[in-house]
Amino acid sequence: MSEVFIFATLNGLVTGLLLFMLASGLTLIFSMMGVLNFAHASFYMLGAYFAYTISGVIGFWGGLLFAPLIVGAIGAIVERYGLRRVHASGHVAELVFTFGLAFLIEELVQFFWGRDTKNYQSPEIFDFALFSLFGQEFSAYRGFMIFIAIAIFAGLYVVLTRSRVGIIIQAAISHPNTVANLGHNVPFIFMCVFGTGTALAGIAGVIAGPVLTTFPGMATVLGSIVFIIVVIGGLGSLPGALIASLLVGLLQSYAIASDVGMPELLTLLGISFDRNHPLNDLWTLNLPQIAPVLPYLLLVLVLIFKPTGLMGNREE
Amino acid sequence: MTMLKVSNLHAFYDKSHILQGVNFHVNAGEIVSLLGRNGVGRSTTVKTIMGEVEPKGSIEFKGEEIAGLKPFQIAHRGLGYVPENRDIFPTLTVRQNLILGLKGKEENGRWTIDDMFSMFPNLATRADVPGGVLSGGEQQMLCMCRTLMGDPELIMIDEPTEGLAPKVVEQIAVLLQEIASRGVSILLVEQKLSIALKISQRLYVMGHGKVVYEGTPSSLLEAHDVRAEWLEV
Ligand SMILES: Nc1ncnc2c1ncn2[C@@H]1O[C@H](COP(=O)(O)OP(=O)(O)O)[C@@H](O)[C@H]1O
Ligand SMILES: [Mg+2]
Repeated sequence: MSEVFIFATLNGLVTGLLLFMLASGLTLIFSMMGVLNFAHASFYMLGAYFAYTISGVIGFWGGLLFAPLIVGAIGAIVERYGLRRVHASGHVAELVFTFGLAFLIEELVQFFWGRDTKNYQSPEIFDFALFSLFGQEFSAYRGFMIFIAIAIFAGLYVVLTRSRVGIIIQAAISHPNTVANLGHNVPFIFMCVFGTGTALAGIAGVIAGPVLTTFPGMATVLGSIVFIIVVIGGLGSLPGALIASLLVGLLQSYAIASDVGMPELLTLLGISFDRNHPLNDLWTLNLPQIAPVLPYLLLVLVLIFKPTGLMGNREE
Repeated sequence: MTMLKVSNLHAFYDKSHILQGVNFHVNAGEIVSLLGRNGVGRSTTVKTIMGEVEPKGSIEFKGEEIAGLKPFQIAHRGLGYVPENRDIFPTLTVRQNLILGLKGKEENGRWTIDDMFSMFPNLATRADVPGGVLSGGEQQMLCMCRTLMGDPELIMIDEPTEGLAPKVVEQIAVLLQEIASRGVSILLVEQKLSIALKISQRLYVMGHGKVVYEGTPSSLLEAHDVRAEWLEV
């Protein structure tokens, strides 16, 4: 039992950190623009595809370095020449723009790379088990994912809270006019934040592509969960996004790892049922089967008990 | 030398015509007050000069036309602005608030963070606490110090004494004189006459989006009709 728990925790951590790579950028961008960027997960997909192509030429590490840079540059261009112009027309126009962008990116990916799943592999040097416990192996690549994610977050945290640039960014997000009056170029800062947020999504794509498979639907699959996470965490709250990401990652991982079925659970709760009941199919579901629904369930629960999200405190 | 020259300045909020041809100027090293009752357009005037509100007309700073530039560009030309809402960043520390005022990495202007701390020991002892916990007076000081960190040649300060105790108002008057003594010109927006009469060389009175009186503290003291019509409540 305990080895199942340990592995489920580690896998949940991998998923959670990966989700936070997207959720953190989405949260920062939301705080700036005041709207959710529906195309955010599309940048994650672009990261995986660029890395797939680049790694075919100069290897995995080249992909890890260049794909996020390209994705970040595309993000910055989208902000500068797209969103910034649409911004004048209001939030609805911005939302529609990011929706359209998500479709456009998906179409472009299918046009250039095709509809099939790409054979994007993790590098061979990670083809070993980091450790094994009770006969189960934890792959080195998953360890590497955890390492990269934590390293990036530590770096970001230090820059955001300790450096002058970080102070300017924090202030620009909450008080853009005041910061502009002090002589800082706020639109340029926003472009850089948008570029960094999308680059972060790109990194997530680069390292998740080999594990979660690289295919044109990957943005849609992850995108909806990331939205749920930022709402659960509280729109605009980075700590909230971190907690919600880990919560969703672990919850799904535990559900998948457990093979507890509804009958056992219900019996545990003292509810008995009749085998011939018309809802018998529902009773006999097991937890792994309902794992994909859990984030949505969590969302509903959080919205019922704390409508602003776990760490949200927006008044308007 | 004229630092700031505003000629025939108009400004609108949507359709309402707020500034209707404002004219005034500030010379180098001067403290000039812009007085008037609430709602006559003093804040709109400084916001328009700063580029926060779209200007129609001419705004010359050190001989250069700055109407149409963006606020951050205007700040880089050497114009400082302390808004009336005391917009400090509540979650950042006092020191971080001051760092935000710097335009580059270095403190190479007239003012350093240590200068501010020696002038205001209150800020020094609370250097590492969030700005949000300061009192109203301390927040006003911090706000002015933050703008000074950017080393402006002219600073526009909107109602710094509003709602503060007489003792704090006194401290603000001292700081304003210290600012002027370092060669920085000041445009002081006030409603009450108290410190404006004491420290300014010249003053303007606004009424209904226009300048209605121009003079010195002593001439205004004698102009009872002007005070009755445009200033007293
Ligand atoms: N953001 C705004 N939108 C619309 N009208 C405004 C706005 N700000 C100020 N006003 C109006 O403009 C006029 C001048 O305001 P303001 O410049 O703040 O005056 P003062 O600073 O002299 O008290 C007032 O009638 C006020 O109601
Ligand atoms: Mg005002």
